[in-house]
Formats: sequence, C-alpha cells, structure tokens
Amino acid sequence: MKITKKTNGSELTIAVEGRLDTLTAPDLDKEIKASIDGVKALYLDFADLEYISSAGLRTLLSAQKAMSSRGGSMTVKNCADDIMEIFEITGFLDILTVE
Amino acid sequence: MKKLTVEANIDNLDQVTDFITRELEDADCSVKVQMQIELAVEEIFVNIAHYAYNPGTGNADVFVGMTDDGSVCIRFIDSGVPYNPLAKPDPDVTLSANERAVGGLGIFMTKKVMDNISYEYRDGQNILTMEKKIGGKAG
Repeated sequence: MKITKKTNGSELTIAVEGRLDTLTAPDLDKEIKASIDGVKALYLDFADLEYISSAGLRTLLSAQKAMSSRGGSMTVKNCADDIMEIFEITGFLDILTVE
Repeated sequence: MKKLTVEANIDNLDQVTDFITRELEDADCSVKVQMQIELAVEEIFVNIAHYAYNPGTGNADVFVGMTDDGSVCIRFIDSGVPYNPLAKPDPDVTLSANERAVGGLGIFMTKKVMDNISYEYRDGQNILTMEKKIGGKAG
C-alpha cells in the first residue's frame, strides 16, 4: 500500500494505492489520525485502491467518526466498481459520502 | 485439493492469499469474484490467527480445489479452541456511522460473498469450509 497526502488550506486529500487489508489498514489509520488536526474536509482518493477488507472498512468508519466529532467532513472518491460493491453489501454507502 | 500449512499468524496472510489466488487465476476467475474470495479468505485466516491459539501459537491448514460444478472450495482447519465464527450475530448494517461499532463486519461479509459456508468441530479441530461458483472470466 502506498499513501500520498496533499494539503490545500483546510482540505486534506489522502490517496491510497494498492491493498487495504489487515496488514496495511493500521498504517492508514495512523496516517489519518496524525494528519487530521485542523482539517475541515478529508478526501480519500481510492482511484488506485485494488482491494479493501473489513479491516479497511474499520479504518474508514473510525476516520468518519473522528471527522464528525471535529465538525469536519469526509468524502471517499474515485472508487472502482468492485470496491463500491463492498460498500453496498456492508451498508457503507449509507454512512459514507462517496463521490 | 491442494494444501498449505502455515503458522496461524497474520504475518502469513499474504502467503495464504497467494496460495488461493494462484488457484483462482488458473481457473480463469474474474477480478471481481477473486476479490470477494480473497476477502473471505482474509477474514477467516485472520480470525484463526487472532483467536484459535491465543495466547500461544499453532498451525492452520488451508485447502483449495475446484468442484465438478465449477465452484472453488476452500477449507481451513486448525487445532485451536473450538470456535464457530458463523454463530456470531450479524451486525446491523442500517445504523448510522456514529451508532456503528467499529468491527464485526468480517464474517458478515464472508457470508455475503460466498455461496456456501459451513463449520464443524471434529476430532479436536475447527473445520470451516466455503464454496463459491467462479464461472470463468465473464462472472
């Protein structure tokens, strides 16, 4: 998994490339927690995300909760159809903002 | 069926996934179905790694093979404490983000993406078997 961060004022975009699984999700978790202070809008760019397991979903849910509790927003964008399907099965389409 | 024996440790997840995906690639499985099967394999193996031998260690045997009707059959066997992951109640996937517990989705996803999944405890072993039709590249 490769993580790339880009800040624009109070907006932070984190692009995730590769696999978000049991082994890699804790790294993204740490990266998000370490980066969201002062961030109003967090964007997760999943254009190059190939795979997400329940460990990855847990990371998304805790990031969503962290942003909500700070009064900020989180948006997931550019997901492939296979990833969207996982969001659909698990009801994550209803709790995440997906573009 | 082909067999892989590894220590039940999450550091061996990639080895287990590679073992299964090699078989799927040989069977012309679509990328979508392959990802769904990988999901199920990850959840079950990680579950064994976390709970079967805790706090000790032990092995997990992973079997994979094709059935006559074009399904992939995957079986996990461990000699850890008896544990039926299928007995866990499904999480409520209609709750809002703040109401949701962080976790409990893995087995639920596994049940959703696989066609059949069964568990038995026999001769001191947890035996979990799952099947999914893979139906070639178009599937």
